[in-house]
Order: sequence, then C-alpha cells, then structure tokens
Amino acid sequence: MELLCPAGSLPALKMAIDCGADAVYVGLKDDTNARHFAGLNFNDKKLAKGAQYVRDHNKHLHVAINTFAHPGSEKRWFNAVDKCVDLGANAAIISDIATLDYAANKYPELELHLSVQASATNTAAIDFYKNNFNVKRVVLPRVLSIHQVKQLARNTDMDLEVFAFGSLCIMAEGRCYLSSYFTGESPNTVGACSPAKYVRWQETEQGLESRLNDILIDRYQPDEKAGYPTLCKGKFTVDNHLYHALEEPTSLNTLAILPELMQAGITSVKIEGRQRSPAYVEQITRVWRAAIDSYQQAPENYSVQKDWDVVLANVSEGSQTTLGAYHRDWQ
Amino acid sequence: MKLSLGPLLYYWPKQTTEAFYQAAIKSDADVIYLGETVCSKRREFKARDWINLAKELNNQGKEIVLSSMALLEAPSEIKVLKQLCENGEFSVEANDLGAIQLLSERKVPFVCGPAINCYNAHVLKLFVNQGMQRWVMPVELSRDWLQSALDDAQKMGIRDQFEVEVFAHGHLPLAYSARCFTARSENKAKDDCELCCIKYPEGRTSHTQEGQQVFVLNGIQTQSGYCYNLLNDVESMHDLVNVIRVSPNSMESLAILSQFKQQILGAQQQFKLDDLQCNGYWHQIAGLSLQTSL
Repeated sequence: MELLCPAGSLPALKMAIDCGADAVYVGLKDDTNARHFAGLNFNDKKLAKGAQYVRDHNKHLHVAINTFAHPGSEKRWFNAVDKCVDLGANAAIISDIATLDYAANKYPELELHLSVQASATNTAAIDFYKNNFNVKRVVLPRVLSIHQVKQLARNTDMDLEVFAFGSLCIMAEGRCYLSSYFTGESPNTVGACSPAKYVRWQETEQGLESRLNDILIDRYQPDEKAGYPTLCKGKFTVDNHLYHALEEPTSLNTLAILPELMQAGITSVKIEGRQRSPAYVEQITRVWRAAIDSYQQAPENYSVQKDWDVVLANVSEGSQTTLGAYHRDWQ
Repeated sequence: MKLSLGPLLYYWPKQTTEAFYQAAIKSDADVIYLGETVCSKRREFKARDWINLAKELNNQGKEIVLSSMALLEAPSEIKVLKQLCENGEFSVEANDLGAIQLLSERKVPFVCGPAINCYNAHVLKLFVNQGMQRWVMPVELSRDWLQSALDDAQKMGIRDQFEVEVFAHGHLPLAYSARCFTARSENKAKDDCELCCIKYPEGRTSHTQEGQQVFVLNGIQTQSGYCYNLLNDVESMHDLVNVIRVSPNSMESLAILSQFKQQILGAQQQFKLDDLQCNGYWHQIAGLSLQTSL
C-alpha cells in the first residue's frame, strides 16, 4: 500500500519524502489545481527541484490538475499536462474530461489517475473513465462507507486510492457549489472552497464572528476554539434549533480501519492538506508510515497507538477526528 | 424556446405526485422530466412506476424524459439505473458519468443533466459522440460562460447537434453528500431515517444566526436557500438557450411555467423579485445575489 502525502511547497515535499512517504502530490501555481491559494504550490523552478528530490530518493511524484477547464482557456490545463510529462512525473491526477482526453491522446504513456473531483463512486462511472481515457487509478470520493469501498474493490480491477486523513469534505467532491453560491468562486471554477479573500473576522458583543462574503458562518464565545469558516462547517438553525446543520469542524481519520483498507486491496492511502505547513506534513507522514509498517510487519497485532491519535488530534480541525462516511452511523 | 418541468427533487406521497403530473400534463411545459434523482430509499414511486407514468403521460403532446440519480453508491442503485436505461422508449437524463457509460453502451440518446461536470466544448463534443442530445448546464455557470462554451462548440462544428437547457427557476441543487441532512435535522441516522423527508414537501430551510435563509435541506441534497429565478432574464437567453427549466416545488410551479411562457412570447415583463430570490449565477456573481434593473 502506497502512502501518498501532500506537498504545497518544496520544504513540505522534502519533509514528506524524508519522513517516509512513498509518493507526494503537488499542484502548479495557477487555477489548474483545487488548492489555488496565495503563497502555495510550485513554479517551474521549484517544481523541477521537487521532481529531482523525489527521483533522487526513488519515490513517486503525482501532479494534480484537478479543476475544470474554462472555455477558451483550455490551453492552460493542457499546458499543465505537458509540464507534468516534461517533468517526468509518475502520474497526473485529472478531473476534467477535456483534460483527460488531451492527456490520453497526446501522451498514451502517461499514467492517469482520476481525481476525487471527478466524483466516480460506482463501477459504471469507473468503466467510463477506463474505457475512454485508459485511467489507471481512481481516487474515491469521501462519500462511500467502508462497506461500499470494499464492494467497489471487489467489483472492479481498477486501482483504488482513498482519503486516509485530513480535512473532511462532506459532499461528493467536484459536485458541490456551496462555495460559489456564497462567493461566486468554487473549487471547480477557481480551485478554492470558501476562498480566504472573502473571510472576515469580527469581535462583537455576541462573540467573535466569522463571515464568508458577509454571511455569518459561526459565532464563538471566549472559551470556544475558532476555526476557518469553511461554509459547510458553520452553525446554522433549522426550526430555531442551532447546530452544525451540515457538519462539525472535524478531520477525517481512518487509522482504525487501516486493516480493512489493506484487506480490500486499496492501492494507496492519501493524506489531505497541500495547504498545510511542512510541520503538519512531517507529523502526519511519520504516524501513517509507522501505522502501515506496523500492520505489514504483524497484521494480527495491529492496533492504533495512543501517541498516533494524540499527534493526529493536535493537527485536526476542531482537534477532533471522525471516520466520516466510512462509518454508516456518521451518515 | 421550449419549457421544461425538471425532475421532482422532493419526496411526496404517491397520490400528491400523481395529482401533480396530471395537472402538469395540461401545463405550458413542453418537456417533462420524471424520476428520483436524490435518494434511492424514496420508493413511493419505484423505477417501474416512473416508467409507467411516462407511458401514461406520453402521447399527450409532451416530450417525456426519465431522470436518473446523481449520487450512485450501491450496486442496487446501478441496477435501477439499468432498468431506466433499458426502458426502450424514452431518453434518459444522466446525472452521473455512470449513467452516460450505460446509455452510450446501449446507444440510448441522453440528456446531460446539471449534476454532471461539463464545463467546456471539448466535453460537449465527447458527449455528443456518445449520444448526448441536450445539455443542462451546471447551475453554477453564467450566461458569459455559456456563451464562450457555445462559441467554441460552433467552431468545432457541433453547435447544431445538441440543445441547451438552463435551470431557471427553483431552489438550486448545490451539493450531494453521503449524509442525510434531513435525518440529521431530526437527530436520526440515515439508516434509521424513517423517510422523514416526506414530511417536508419543499425541504427544510436552514438559516444563519442572523436569520438569513442559506440552505434548503433535501435529504442528501443541499439546495440554495433562495429560490433561483431567471424570469427577468429570458430575453438574454435568446440564441443561446433552447429549453428553460422550472424545478417543481408545488402546483405553483405550473403557474411559473405560464409566466415564462409569456416572457418567451415577448412580454418583456419586469418581475419584482423578493429578498428570498436570487439570480446571481446567471450574471457571473455569487449565486445567492440578486441583480436587479428595477
């Protein structure tokens, strides 16, 4: 099983490789990837350095081209594919069908992974991408239960990659327009959810308020820990009852079901967080390396170590973690 | 320009649904979409019932299309999808790539529904080659975006091979989750939901702590809190749009169809939209915004 770690910068990339990642994934410095944030991602020079570092350590590099090509500007997405090939990357992670089509026709040798943003959740959808673009691996959306993941793994010969840890997207990825409904910008169109430029913090008599494009997302009392106002994790009312109507601020953590993922033949576990610091990448990578190694050395003795959980909770949203949709009760 | 009645997104008792479509057959809709697109646990109308309803409504001057589910997770859901694809008579609205796969294998013409990520003319071309006859643009896209995509389609020589449909009225389907938010709002798990969404024929509204209506919760689907309304934008659709979609929420939707009909016929009436309505996406601004010339 491959451990695939995020790298939003060259220091994070090196950290991931040094701490035991089998592969890292990166994005270019433009809106062709879904973490298009200021100060993040790789320009050509940094990318070349990063690719060299990965090669020197015999690891793999995946390039995420996971937004949807704008009409009239498709070239930017196609150029990203060209870059990926020039760089000698091991795989391109693509969501847009136009971009997949370009890559499959121009570079039949390039290994294509279907991005989670393409939202393939069933065998028929997987067949579509396999038949049309010879996709080699599918990254599964975080909407499937572990039972459904196993079922899918049994019914397809496609390599499957699942999200193992990180921010929890609770909607079928690539099919969520909540961010553009609030701000005009969505992951699909500009490569960011709840973009930072729309965020505003304000101390008021009722507490610290977080707003996204002026819409109140949450209000915190002095003893409450404030989190980034990702809009699906805000507090809203239904029939005057105030609660996290969609989801609490929490992170996905699948350490507890690692054996099940292994037994299901999952090819790769992916850590979310290209927007996070090298320190985050270091801690997460170490824990997951230890967990995978521990299982592989003695599957029957595998159990989640307390210190792993402590490390992961510390870097989690709201300091709490969940199995998310993998666990039916969450749904 | 034609008018369509989109698939019913909410869960209604069987009799209510039947009565609605009996009335719809006399409405101004040219196209009627039938089927469950949100949750496979909703079985007041099973796939067979939808197909039977389609047969019953057919030959009454309307084009009937069968709509399929947006989020397909279980083999049982693929089985139902196959049943729809093999109906032998009606075209199907695909709302997942899995549906396009099954439909193109069977050479059944299809409508590319709004839940499919089709953002540019390259994708349109590929879908046309697989049997797409109509494209319902993703709801987050604007008139400008549509124009660019269609200009490209023109250059590729495929513009006359498909129709364009725009979601023009109703609460916008914005997201799909594994989680059922209606069940959650009643403190129930999805597996024990007791199909409680049947109690909310227009979904459950959700507000900010300042009382702004931000979402409508409809099972696993999250909709826009405001009602999207492009009644004042019909003129800007000429030469771009072939079909205007009204998403049903009650019998009132049939009256909305008539209002659109008048606009298509050139009434150029300016409707006063209240603060629970929006049209932002069409104007390339935040979806919940309301651009008004009044």
